[in-house]
Amino acid sequence: MLSLWNSPRIIGVFLLASLVLLAYCSGGGPSSGGGVITLQGAGATFPNPLYQKWMSEYGKLHPKVHIDYQSIGSGGGIKQLQAQTVDFGASDAPMTDAELKASPGEILHIPTVLGAVVITYNLPSITQQLHFSPAVIADIFLGKIKKWDDQHIKQDNPGVNLPAADITVVHRADGSGTSYVFTDYLSKVSPEWKEKVGTDKSPKWPVGQGGKGNEGVTGQIKQQPNTIGYVELAYAVQNKLPVALIKNASGKFIEPSIDAVTAAAAATSAQTPEDLRVSITNATGENAYPISSYTYILVYKEQKNAEKGKVLVDFLWWGIHDGEQFAKDLQYAPLPAEIVKRAEAKINSITSGGKPLR
Amino acid sequence: MDQAIGGQRPPLNKPGALWRVLSPTGNKGDAIFRSLLLAAALLMLLLVGAMILALTFESLPSIRQFGFQFLTGTEWNPVKSEFGALPFVYGTIVSSLIAIIISVPLSLGIAIFLVEQAPQRLARPITFLVELLAAIPSVVYGLWGIFVLAPFLRVHVEPPLQRWFGWLPLFQGPITGIGLLTGGIILAIMVTPIVSAVVRDVLAAVPSSQREAALALGATKWETTRVVLVNGAPGIAGAVILGLGRAIGETMAVTMVIGNRAHISASLFDPSYTIASAIANEFTEATQDLYLSALVELGLILFLVTFVVNAIARVLVWNVTRKTSGVGGAA
Repeated sequence: MLSLWNSPRIIGVFLLASLVLLAYCSGGGPSSGGGVITLQGAGATFPNPLYQKWMSEYGKLHPKVHIDYQSIGSGGGIKQLQAQTVDFGASDAPMTDAELKASPGEILHIPTVLGAVVITYNLPSITQQLHFSPAVIADIFLGKIKKWDDQHIKQDNPGVNLPAADITVVHRADGSGTSYVFTDYLSKVSPEWKEKVGTDKSPKWPVGQGGKGNEGVTGQIKQQPNTIGYVELAYAVQNKLPVALIKNASGKFIEPSIDAVTAAAAATSAQTPEDLRVSITNATGENAYPISSYTYILVYKEQKNAEKGKVLVDFLWWGIHDGEQFAKDLQYAPLPAEIVKRAEAKINSITSGGKPLR
Repeated sequence: MDQAIGGQRPPLNKPGALWRVLSPTGNKGDAIFRSLLLAAALLMLLLVGAMILALTFESLPSIRQFGFQFLTGTEWNPVKSEFGALPFVYGTIVSSLIAIIISVPLSLGIAIFLVEQAPQRLARPITFLVELLAAIPSVVYGLWGIFVLAPFLRVHVEPPLQRWFGWLPLFQGPITGIGLLTGGIILAIMVTPIVSAVVRDVLAAVPSSQREAALALGATKWETTRVVLVNGAPGIAGAVILGLGRAIGETMAVTMVIGNRAHISASLFDPSYTIASAIANEFTEATQDLYLSALVELGLILFLVTFVVNAIARVLVWNVTRKTSGVGGAA
């Protein structure tokens, strides 16, 4: 045995600590106060910082409301919503038709904010920002472009002295909405990608190595020269990573930014379907950044508990209006005005016992 | 739980067959004590049984779909719903083997030094530091692995390995610092404190009469140490099995440095994947039923791999120690 555990004093301290912890957990739980309504949510990790901010700000305004959000991943959020163990779910990728069909009631998609995926790289000798056109990105991640001084990359980057080094691709190893958005984009711009790989939260990557989470991918890119990978915009900005400009569907090279993401959403709002489940990658707007996406809160249209349903509806309404002001500070793009209007209609359609809650 | 055990416990005032088994001395206190111990042992068995049952049940869709091909398949593609576990099994076994090959000599060295050679004032701080290593969370090892170990291996270790041993398929291919070798080395670092702590306790338990006898016969320090090692062999083997178990099941640290690529390659420089990391990485976002089921079946296979590796290790131990008798006993 490890000799640490042979000391009775240490075991005593450990037992005492466990007791204190136990007493704490069973005592002052958040739901024990009188008249407090608690909502449970679970889902995507990407919007978690924003939702935490929302819940703390909303809690200040409404002390009788307590909202919990667990960022266990979109998959888990959808599962828990379907099992009705949470009051709302959250997902970066819209639910599929099959998933909606397998749910016990009609589920609404309420977009909350937008995020983007950026290309980052590590080329120690290069100081200029790199430019990529869609086909080049697809070919790099397909393993068809193998060298940094490939002439297709050179064409996008005239005057940049690219090294004659092998490209090392780094992708996300864990299932994530970030991978979903990125592969959704690649499937739109490259038929070969669509056929060989497809769109998924954890696809089978043709080349490269996998990193766990944004921090894993970033770590692997920072520590190895001649690497390229993708991370969330928010993560890249906070960590001051070099990011590439990407040629959008209008033929313009766009630097990833919050405004360029909102522009992509605005450019596609006319074609957005009634249920708001939409992919906005490769958007056509002149200033639209092409690898962007909505993130959604998922709720049942018919709420079983009118009291809880009312709280949920009020919270969502506050979120897409007052809540949007917190988005930019946390590097999320706020919804364009047209989409806020359409989300309002969705929230207004939520009922309990057939009666609207707003 | 209580019911399951309650069934085993006879009413204490009615002497019966079970009563005699529980308390051969007829003492009531003994009987209570014995049934408590029995309950603890049964609880463990029940837990393992329940776990295997739950894993098997949840993986039924995948077992039905793929059958034995799940074990031999090398394709893992959630988009096309193709699932084969072989690359993960390979990565798990090879990374654990690397860990054991590096950590066992190192741990033996540490333990022998601490018990047989080091003066007390040196042994204490070293023991403390080694045990401190065992308490570091694995995610910290993982981040240290990405930011310190992997670049170090890329610049200072892998190029010379390739220069001198590049004729071996093990050391061919591009050098990135991320891959099977790095995963194995980080596992070795994590396993060493556990193995060395157990081996140290085993060696300390070897009666000093053995050492005195060897020294009295004119044995050198080295020869005395050999006597001590032979005496502690079963315990040392137990320590290695314990370490192996930790290496096979480790998740976070490995996933940070192994490159997470489900393919089989002879080169230790290439990225690979382990079962535990694959489950941890893909479970949260798996929504299709077959995909989830395949991940659960991976868990079942991890159970099997651990079981088989342990069994092999035990047979090896038994073969070695049959000829000698010693203290410690396989843990």
